[in-house]
Amino acid sequence: MKKTATKTETVDKKIKAIVDKYKGDKTALIAVLQDIQDACRYLPKDALTYVAEKLAVPVSRIYEVATFYNAFSLKPQGKHLIEVCAGTACHVKGGFNLLEKLERELDIACGDTTKDELFTLEQVRCLGCCSLAPVVRIGGNIHAFLTQDEIPKVLKTYKEM
Amino acid sequence: MSKINTREALDKAAKKGLSTLIPAKIKITVGMSTSGIASGAQGVYDALAAEIKKRKLSILLTKTGSMGMDCMEPLIDVMAPGKPRLSYAMVTAAKVPQLMDEIAKGTLEPIRPFYRTDGEQSLITGEKIKFVKGALPKELKEIPEINEVPFYKKQIKIATRNCGIIDPENIDEYIARGGYSALAKALTQKPDKLIDDVIASGLRGRGGGGFPTGVKWRSCREAEGDIKYVICNGDEGDPGAYMDRSVMEGDPHSVLEGMIIGAYAVGAHEGFIYVRNEYPLAVANLSKAIEQARANGFLGKNIFGSGFDFDIRIAKGAGAFVCGESTALMASLEGKAGEPRAKYIHTVEHGLWNRPSNLNNVETWANVPVVIARGGKWFAGIGSKESTGTKVFSLVGNVKNVGLVEVPMGIPLKEIVNDIGGGIPGGRKFKAVQTGGPSGGCIPAKLGSLPVTYDELSKAGSMMGSGGMIVMDDKTCMVDIARYFIEFLESESCGKCVPCREGVKRMRDILEDICKGKGKEGDVELLQSMSQAIIDGSLCALGGSAPNPVLSTIKYFRDEYDAHIKEKRCPAGVCKPLITYSVLKDKCTGCMRCAKVCPTKAATGEKKKTHKINKKLCIKCGACLEACKFGAIKVE
Ligand SMILES: Cc1cc2nc3c(=O)[nH]c(=O)nc-3n(C[C@H](O)[C@H](O)[C@H](O)COP(=O)(O)O)c2cc1C
Ligand code: SF4
Ligand code: FES
Repeated sequence: MKKTATKTETVDKKIKAIVDKYKGDKTALIAVLQDIQDACRYLPKDALTYVAEKLAVPVSRIYEVATFYNAFSLKPQGKHLIEVCAGTACHVKGGFNLLEKLERELDIACGDTTKDELFTLEQVRCLGCCSLAPVVRIGGNIHAFLTQDEIPKVLKTYKEM
Repeated sequence: MSKINTREALDKAAKKGLSTLIPAKIKITVGMSTSGIASGAQGVYDALAAEIKKRKLSILLTKTGSMGMDCMEPLIDVMAPGKPRLSYAMVTAAKVPQLMDEIAKGTLEPIRPFYRTDGEQSLITGEKIKFVKGALPKELKEIPEINEVPFYKKQIKIATRNCGIIDPENIDEYIARGGYSALAKALTQKPDKLIDDVIASGLRGRGGGGFPTGVKWRSCREAEGDIKYVICNGDEGDPGAYMDRSVMEGDPHSVLEGMIIGAYAVGAHEGFIYVRNEYPLAVANLSKAIEQARANGFLGKNIFGSGFDFDIRIAKGAGAFVCGESTALMASLEGKAGEPRAKYIHTVEHGLWNRPSNLNNVETWANVPVVIARGGKWFAGIGSKESTGTKVFSLVGNVKNVGLVEVPMGIPLKEIVNDIGGGIPGGRKFKAVQTGGPSGGCIPAKLGSLPVTYDELSKAGSMMGSGGMIVMDDKTCMVDIARYFIEFLESESCGKCVPCREGVKRMRDILEDICKGKGKEGDVELLQSMSQAIIDGSLCALGGSAPNPVLSTIKYFRDEYDAHIKEKRCPAGVCKPLITYSVLKDKCTGCMRCAKVCPTKAATGEKKKTHKINKKLCIKCGACLEACKFGAIKVE
């Protein structure tokens, strides 16, 4: 009992506020994790133990949920999340070439984060902007009809942010 | 705000809505769906607002959802009293000052409107509104009327009736177009009578399966239990589809009204909308709509003074395709991992928290108010006999007019591609249409006369699905498409059933080998026999329909499989290990663009001399193909 109490104390204020907002509602587990993911850009380990305690759900269940859904990340992510659309419309329009170009430009593989922790590169299944294919979303902003040629310029604007 | 609980109060709100919908002054409306914003609509909106302020003009500036022709975004509408509504395409912030001059002077140059709208009819009330007072000025006659524009001519808008017209954040505008009058009517009727009407309409689920909506409602109504739920499936996992996003963003109240009517019919007092993680604007607009509906008394206690209580909550998905499946979605709503369960336990009896639950797709719900307002018989008169009404498609891929289209069921496939879609761009050949997402299949161009109905699409080896329609030209490799979908399904399988988890993985290995030129004779037959095992041994439709993209491409494009396996050749020029890049001597002008963009320096050459591509260095990234303005890069 004492042990968890100290854990509770060390956990980030931000996370405390998020979890407490849900008042121990077990069914809100996914929403709680989403809020933590939004705030921290990943799910820190101590946050998950805190959630387990406050919602009274086993940690194993939390890990099951955290690993089942694509929206959650257990590793810290870069400042800017790059999501390359791999939906059908973007695939037909050569979206896979954009992913390869980004991998070369950033020198990382899909799913990884750059050493300077600026960018995380991911693939996503359709951003719902199929009329603008091929599409890449960076930090929530949609880049429409993107070409390989434009990528260095686009990355530069985010580097300077 | 006072609650609306009488017809008079509803009429009053409608009047208020009309005063901004068709105001007594000039109005400019900007299409601000997610794709509109991504195309620069926010900048256009801000520029318009600044210009209106600077010039001290009395102009009403509003926002709306998708206007349909999304490839022409940003789109704006300009409406002056007594004049037709003028729609401008591809407006940029830089063009705004010019456009304002034009509007002030009442001229049509230099930025010509794309089309005009002379009037419209309310789908709910049937009432016609003419925008044009007196004769149409001569110069306006040259601008095509919306019903003459090929993209719009064959469309009938029911589910998207208000998208691109009303301000989704303004409930009064929704009411002005007949909104919530179907609810008022429904609450005076017996639930069973409503269900009869929905059955008579022939409305079938728009989320994929096409199950008769009224029949589902009846089972839920008759299921035992005091607490029941209605759920809206807004997960829209089909990659290449955005119909549901457009409705949730552009007309959220149509979904809410449908759900309230449905809840009353089945006897539910709580509802959930499960929205896809990637759709923040849909969540925002739905949330606002729910608040407004509560404030106006359409949600909450004693709705419309009928004694009926109902409220709705929103849940955000977390990025799992399988959660679009109804039982997985309910598990996810309970805060669990979204694994489907066996179908013999019916969700209408044992659904969310084991209670009777009625789940329908966004578009299905959006159709409901129209069915109730106009009657099931009226609705059944649209479309074909077994597939009534309309279907919304996101027409995307290699087609000229990309956008959101709503067509009567039964329309031949080629009319959607060629007439509405304007055919294939760049002089290429129409090869196939993919419908039904990862559960669907590819329909070849030669079946272009196929009427688009649930049953005809299934017979052709595809399915209606939720409405993604991806057009493919001769530069699309059908083996690669099969590999693409199987890879998608492999990563999205929840892993519960062995045939789906392992079988789909094996199929992916085989298809990958074929695409790499390592295919063997007999691979196609192996894929076919594995497909049968996966279809038979999977719990949910993800596994059960996973082989469809493979089977349909084998059925119609066997020659492409053979070219990959026997000749180690990708006829469409897509599969990288099987293609080479080269320069066409007679087309190359020596402009040096390819050499500049090539990341590995494989493309080289001197100015004004024919360039070369070193095949050993080439990584087939396609950068030169993208950069060349003269069509001098050959891929084969
Ligand atoms: C793997 C899988 C994914 C699905 N995804 C969706 C979806 O994204 N949206 C949807 O409305 N239905 C989806 N469905 C269909 C639903 O299970 C369900 O049939 C439908 O939402 C019922 O609503 P309707 O009768 O109004 O169509 C999916 C089904 C499966 C098997
Ligand atoms: S068929 Fe596939 S996705 Fe469906 S329950 Fe089985 S393993 Fe999961
Ligand atoms: S397929 Fe890329 S946004 Fe839909």
